[in-house]
Amino acid sequence: MHPSAAATSAATEDAREEAIRVTDLHKSFGSVEVLKGVSLTANKGDVVAIIGGSGSGKSTMLRCINFLETPSSGQIVIGGEEIAMRADGTAANRRQIERIRTRLAMVFQQFNLWTHRTLLENIIEVPVHVLKTPRAEAVTRARELLARVGMAEKEDAFPAFLSGGQQQRAAIARALAVDPSAMLFDEPTSALDPELVGEVLTVIRDLAAEGRTMLLVTHEMKFAREVANHVVYLFKGRIEEQGPPAEVFENPKSERLKQFLSSVS
Amino acid sequence: MLGLGESAQLLSLSSPGWGANLLRGLANSLQIAFGAFGLGLLIGLLGAYGKLYGGKVTRDLLAIYTTVIRAVPELVLILILYYVGTDVINRIAAMMGYGRVEISGVVAGIWVLGIVQGAYSTEILRGAIQSVPPGQLEAARSFGMPPLMVMRRVTIPAMMSFAVPGLANLWLIATKDTALLAVVGFNELTLETKQAASSTRAYFTFFLAAGGLYLMVTLCSGVVFGWVEKWARRGQPSLKGAR
Repeated sequence: MHPSAAATSAATEDAREEAIRVTDLHKSFGSVEVLKGVSLTANKGDVVAIIGGSGSGKSTMLRCINFLETPSSGQIVIGGEEIAMRADGTAANRRQIERIRTRLAMVFQQFNLWTHRTLLENIIEVPVHVLKTPRAEAVTRARELLARVGMAEKEDAFPAFLSGGQQQRAAIARALAVDPSAMLFDEPTSALDPELVGEVLTVIRDLAAEGRTMLLVTHEMKFAREVANHVVYLFKGRIEEQGPPAEVFENPKSERLKQFLSSVS
Repeated sequence: MLGLGESAQLLSLSSPGWGANLLRGLANSLQIAFGAFGLGLLIGLLGAYGKLYGGKVTRDLLAIYTTVIRAVPELVLILILYYVGTDVINRIAAMMGYGRVEISGVVAGIWVLGIVQGAYSTEILRGAIQSVPPGQLEAARSFGMPPLMVMRRVTIPAMMSFAVPGLANLWLIATKDTALLAVVGFNELTLETKQAASSTRAYFTFFLAAGGLYLMVTLCSGVVFGWVEKWARRGQPSLKGAR
């Protein structure tokens, strides 16, 4: 079931196919410039951890990739397809954005499961209504995914009756249901009680071992170091330092990263 | 005061009783209330979206609509909308070379009350839409749902629990506002009652009966809205015990 570590590294080394490329991304909210020219490439099978202090722009960067935030300028290429942008950064083609969004799946800090639907309904919602998968097929797949995240018993439960960890695992199942080419995790464990963090990280660790392409904004440094093959440290809207986790964590070059690492560990 | 036997005779469904007239009036009232409430919901949904997401002109126009409608007494609005409405339609008909158009009381009533209801539902639905946690909509957008699908699959179901209590109020107001249409000569329950009462001089009997009918409508509505609210609140923990 779980691919060996060798298989994983083979996937990352052989298939250097580009999944996500961000070039010179800028984003301002009013007069405040949150991103000041960020560039990043993730190849297929990469797990990129994005770390940084609060206000460093890491969540904004992630949200610009699927245009939940409209970038001010820059270039975003998903699976070789460039997102058409007008001069002011707004999306030129809504349908293109919608199509690209179905290939990316986002997992939110606050889970954002649809509270008026059961877990099963949450998971089949996008496959059935957006991707037009036949309902029976979507339900079968949803049950497999719920079982996979350890929530098979809860398919008829409503989100509000579950713990944060259970909701987040269901949200990950919802993201997997669209069979995404890349997954975007926006601080997936930050809203969880400490004793619930582990169960969510276990699920994400599994996905990483499977060779899924993931961008992961996180405060869990130990976890980032363990699952990521590339770590990006953002400071005030710029990439201050990046590299393999061993280098970034063991041997940080920038003073700010050193300070940041000592403040969070 | 009349005895019970006499009252029963007056209210009986067959001639010489006036019961059938009262029930016909009730049916007319309900027909208008349904139509007006439905039209009001449609106007309200468009109005709420217009106010929340529309451009400046749309928002200004909607602000004028909701302000004016909610400022002017309903009786006055009904007189204005009814007479102005029929006049405008007749002028258009004359211009196009048709003769006088007879406007059905039910259709006119539905339009007039629907426009009034629309102003109130605009505000109820706007508040309800704003109460939906933004993350719910963001999640829908992040999976590539187009705007109309987000509205149909997420916003509307998620806002229902916030909207239902206000909409239940609005429905009850609609059932009672139909009585105001008596002033334009529409045979709804109140006018039928008045006619029955003045023909027989049994005012007390007939108005008490009409009151009973309005009360029954309210009680039945309460049951139905109870179900609707239960459905709309599915997935939300009960507030009992929470303080």
